[in-house]
Amino acid sequence: MPHKKFADSVGVITPQIATFNEPLELRSGKTLPSYQLIYETYGELNTAKSNAILICHALSGDHHAAGFHSEEDKKPGWWDSCIGPNKAIDTNKFFVVCLNNLGGCNGSTGPTSINPETGKIYGSDFPVVRVRDWVESQARLADYLGIQKFAAVVGGSLGGMQALRWSIQYPERLENCVVIASAPKLSAQNIAFNEVARNAIMTDPDFHDGHYLAHNTIPKAGLMQARMLAHLTYLSDDAMGEKFGRDLKNEEVNYGFAPEFAVESYLHYQGEKFSTTFDANTYLLMTKALDYFDPAQYTDHDLVKCLSETQCKFLLVSFTTDWRFSPERSEEIVDALVQADKEVTYAKIESEKGHDAFLIPIPRYVDIFSAYMNRVATELSL
Amino acid sequence: MSQLPLRSDLNIIQNWIAQGSQVLDLGCGEGDLLHFLKTQKKCQGYGLEINPDSILTCIKKGINVIEHDLNNDLRHFNDASVDTVVMTQALQVVQRPDLLLDEMLRVGKEAIITFPNFGYWRTRFYLLRHGRMPMSKILPYNWFDTPNIHMCTFRDFEKLCHDKQLKILDRTVIDKDHQESLATKLWPNFLGEIAIYRVTR
Repeated sequence: MPHKKFADSVGVITPQIATFNEPLELRSGKTLPSYQLIYETYGELNTAKSNAILICHALSGDHHAAGFHSEEDKKPGWWDSCIGPNKAIDTNKFFVVCLNNLGGCNGSTGPTSINPETGKIYGSDFPVVRVRDWVESQARLADYLGIQKFAAVVGGSLGGMQALRWSIQYPERLENCVVIASAPKLSAQNIAFNEVARNAIMTDPDFHDGHYLAHNTIPKAGLMQARMLAHLTYLSDDAMGEKFGRDLKNEEVNYGFAPEFAVESYLHYQGEKFSTTFDANTYLLMTKALDYFDPAQYTDHDLVKCLSETQCKFLLVSFTTDWRFSPERSEEIVDALVQADKEVTYAKIESEKGHDAFLIPIPRYVDIFSAYMNRVATELSL
Repeated sequence: MSQLPLRSDLNIIQNWIAQGSQVLDLGCGEGDLLHFLKTQKKCQGYGLEINPDSILTCIKKGINVIEHDLNNDLRHFNDASVDTVVMTQALQVVQRPDLLLDEMLRVGKEAIITFPNFGYWRTRFYLLRHGRMPMSKILPYNWFDTPNIHMCTFRDFEKLCHDKQLKILDRTVIDKDHQESLATKLWPNFLGEIAIYRVTR
C-alpha cells in the first residue's frame, strides 16, 4: 500500500542517465566532446509517441520536477504541484520529460564533472553554454527517447526562454509552447542583478578562479550572498511584508549587526541552504545563459521577424507583482506573436507572490494551465 | 464541443462577417461569436477579454484569448491587420469610446459595434416618470456602481460617426428579446433597445 503522500503524485521516481558521444558544438565556438544528461520521466509514452511534454527548468531547478526519490523523501520535485495524475500536466495523458541542463550540478555534465581531456574536474573550464545549446542538447535527448515532436515544451522564467527558443530553433518539433513568467531578453536591471551575484561569488577568497574543488573548498559565502540577493528579487514587497513584516527573532532589538529581523533570518537560511547544495560555477553559467538570451539579435532585433517561422501554438502567463520578469515583458512576446499572426493565448494572473508565483499553485494560474493542457490533449486526441 | 445556436444579436453580426476572414473581438466574453466564426465560417482571430472566468471559458473552447484592458490601446495589432473588429456591449464601459473607435478602424477594415441605446423609449419614460437614472434588464446597475460610464443614444453614435467621417455600412436595432422588427426599423432611436452598427473609414 503506497504511502498517502504519494496518492496524488507520480510516486517514487528513479532518475535516468543518457550518454552522448557525438560532440556538441556550442555557440561560443567551443565543443563538448561528450556529455551526459540526467533526466526523469513521468507517465507513459504512447505508441504514436505524440504525448510527450518537455519541462525546462529555471536557474536553480533540476531534473527532479515531480514525485519523490524514495519512500522516505520528504519533499517532492520542484513542480509537483503541476505535474502528476489529474494535475495541470496530467501524467495519465502525457509522458513528461524533465532533464538537468548541461552545465548543471545535479547529474548532467557540468563544472563539477571530470574533464576527459585533463582527467581533472572542469571547474571554471567548463564552457559557457547558451540557451540554444541547451535546446540542442534537449533535442538530442528527444531523439534518444524516440520523440520526434513534443505535444508541448513548457517552462517558467529561464525555462520559458528555453521553451521560446525551441519554437524558433525547432519549429517543427513542438505543437505547443508554454512560456511562464519569462521575457524575450533580460533588461539592464536584470543583468545588473546577475552581475552583483556573480561578483559576490568571484570575489569570495575561496573561489580560486573557479577551481575551488581542486582546493577542497567552496565559495560558500559568495554563493550565499548571490542567492540572498536573487531570492529577494523573486519576492514582491507585498509578499515579504505579509510573510515577515518587521517581526523580530527575539523580543527586543540588540543593537548589533547580526540578523535580528525575521526577514534577515529567512534570507540567511535560504542562502545557507543553497550554498551547500548548488555549485557556484553552475550558478555563474546559468546567469550568463540568462544574460546572453536574446533570440531577436539574429533578426535585426525584430522579435516579430524572429518568431515568424514558429509553427506551434503559444500560451503565455505572467504575474502582476513579478518585477523581475514583469507582465510587460511577457506582453512583448504576446504582441510579437500577434503581429506574426501566430496562435497565442495570454493570461495575467493576480498574485502578490512576485516572480516566485510561477512555482506556486495559485488557483487561477492552475485553472488556466490545466484548461490549456487539456486543450492540448484534446487537440491531439490523447 | 457542440454548437449552440447563437444569440440573435451575434447572429446578425456573424452575417456581416465574410467566410475565412480575420476577426478581432474586443471584450469577447466567453468566446461564443469567435467559436462560431471559427467552426462555421473558418475565420481566424483573437479575443481580448479582462474577466478571468470568461478567459478560462475561452481557453476551454480553443479560442485564442488575450488578457487585455480595452482602456489601453490595441498596440498588439498592426494597422489594417484584421478584416473585422467586433465589440459587443463594451463601447459604453470604456474610458474613451471615441478613441477606441479610432483604434478599431486603424486595426480593422471594418468595425462592428453594439451598445445599449439610451434613447430607447422605456429608458426615456423611466427618467421622465421617476426622475432617476434608468434601470432595466439590460441596464441593471445603480448610477454609482455601473460599469456603463458612457451611455449614448442611437443618434449620439450616428453623430460621432458623422464627426469622424465614418461610413455606416449597416445598422439595425433590436428589442430586449434581441429581435428586429418593422417598428424598430422605423423608429430606431425610440424603439430599439440595442443598437448594432457596421462602420468603415
